[in-house]
Amino acid sequence: MTAKYEDRVVISGVGRSDIGRRLGRSELDLAVQASRDAIRDSGLSPADIDGIIAWPGETPAPSGFTGPAALRVSDALALGPLTYHGAWTEGASQLAGLMAACHAVASGAARHVLVFRSTCEASGQGGGGRSSAHPVDTGGITGHLQWLRPFGAVSAAHWMALMGTRYVHDYGLRPEQLGWVAVNARAHAGLTPYAVYRDPITIDDYLASRIITSPFRLYDCDVPADAAIAFVISAAETAPDLPNPVGVEAIGAAFDGRPYWDQFRHSTDMAAHAAARHLWSRTDLTLDDVDVANLYDGFSFITLCWLEALGFCGPGEAGSYVEGRHNIRLGAKIPLNTGGGQLSGGRVHAHSLLYESCLQVRGECAERQVPGAEVALTSAGAGPLGGTLLVTKAR
Amino acid sequence: MTATPPLPRLTPESDFYWTGGAAGELRILRCRDCRHYAHPPTPLCRSCGSDDLAPEAVSGRGTVWTFTISYQQLLPSLATPYVVGIVELDEQSDLHVTTRLVDVDPDDVAVGMPVEVRFERHDEVYLPLFAPVAQ
Ligand SMILES: [Zn+2]
Repeated sequence: MTAKYEDRVVISGVGRSDIGRRLGRSELDLAVQASRDAIRDSGLSPADIDGIIAWPGETPAPSGFTGPAALRVSDALALGPLTYHGAWTEGASQLAGLMAACHAVASGAARHVLVFRSTCEASGQGGGGRSSAHPVDTGGITGHLQWLRPFGAVSAAHWMALMGTRYVHDYGLRPEQLGWVAVNARAHAGLTPYAVYRDPITIDDYLASRIITSPFRLYDCDVPADAAIAFVISAAETAPDLPNPVGVEAIGAAFDGRPYWDQFRHSTDMAAHAAARHLWSRTDLTLDDVDVANLYDGFSFITLCWLEALGFCGPGEAGSYVEGRHNIRLGAKIPLNTGGGQLSGGRVHAHSLLYESCLQVRGECAERQVPGAEVALTSAGAGPLGGTLLVTKAR
Repeated sequence: MTATPPLPRLTPESDFYWTGGAAGELRILRCRDCRHYAHPPTPLCRSCGSDDLAPEAVSGRGTVWTFTISYQQLLPSLATPYVVGIVELDEQSDLHVTTRLVDVDPDDVAVGMPVEVRFERHDEVYLPLFAPVAQ
């Protein structure tokens, strides 16, 4: 493998805020807590930080979704001057901001870039139950949501469930297969002190849970949370002086298909496949080298798509692959979503999945530690957007 | 239900789609050079690159490509359960529109079911919904 930009960066620090259903704190407060934690973890001081990136930044969205602008977090931490800052409302998955930080550091535009995701989606839903209110409705919907919202397709659950039904039609996926993704996440959440839901569930609990939008049951949908996760991306040449660097072996990124959630031609032709091909083209490592995988589980069905895209199994085989947890539990060859994923850990839009991957290769996962983990695979996104990373124990 | 669902804004990009129902027509943008349908609309034909596209009425018939039965009350305007579907229009194999499937028991909806358009009016907007083809 020739030199690649990923070799020029490390994840020097990881941090998180308190995580819960309703913490009664602001998104800025949580972002600052996670960011301070990440900077402290990196061994750097705030004065060393010369870049900051938010995902997705402040854009019109349902209450609690976006988190604060990068500039507000920079201000709260008294950072600066910064040579690089921004927010990634577009990009290859929810980890696009983290990828951009890697690009900035690899290019030399910045040396130590703070990246954060902060959300108060749990509090944002308030006490009145789920609501789909969205600012785009005011004055009439434009853009891609105009093709979905007028027909009641107002939630990502609807968009992915449409693909899920087609997948069931194409491959005969059964509920008692799909359910193991949620059962597995909950089992691992029981070993993760900061996961939102930690009491074990059985496959029968899963089958008895109510259908949200077919074929998805309650436990197929991830948990809105109040939470923030942050990372520091640093130039690789600084790693020898830092206490906790994690290597970035390869980044796969894709925008593929049309920029809509209803224009796929096959139940598995999401951008995950293009992102996975990109990832594996950038490394000599293969799936055989992977010790642990934390794959996107905004909905359990998305995890099945990533398993197939990344090569864990063939097209249409992911239901069999996860059934019974034999291939995905702690102790399996490649344990899946060891921190409880978003299904039980809380939705921090893939940042919590990468956080878990980093802790695993650092050997800091206590009861849920995968013994000797050196290579961790993470993925993010669905639909036309996909991102995937391989991180490694520092060498 | 009396409340209004979220509605599109009428813009030059797509107003033909939302107002065709006034004439009882489902209108889809079509390339006048290679005759490819373009939905959602684009300024250039994604098949041949032509910039000569215009809305045309289609048959309004198609088949259910996929669907989901939604049980969670998310919109005051929609009683649950309701069925969201993607319909593949008869005119072209990749011509997919998202819609609501109506006048059918949700449990009877199936992939491949033949459906035809009908319109739900909200002032100047006519939402294209689909129902099973009458036997
Ligand atoms: Zn054309």
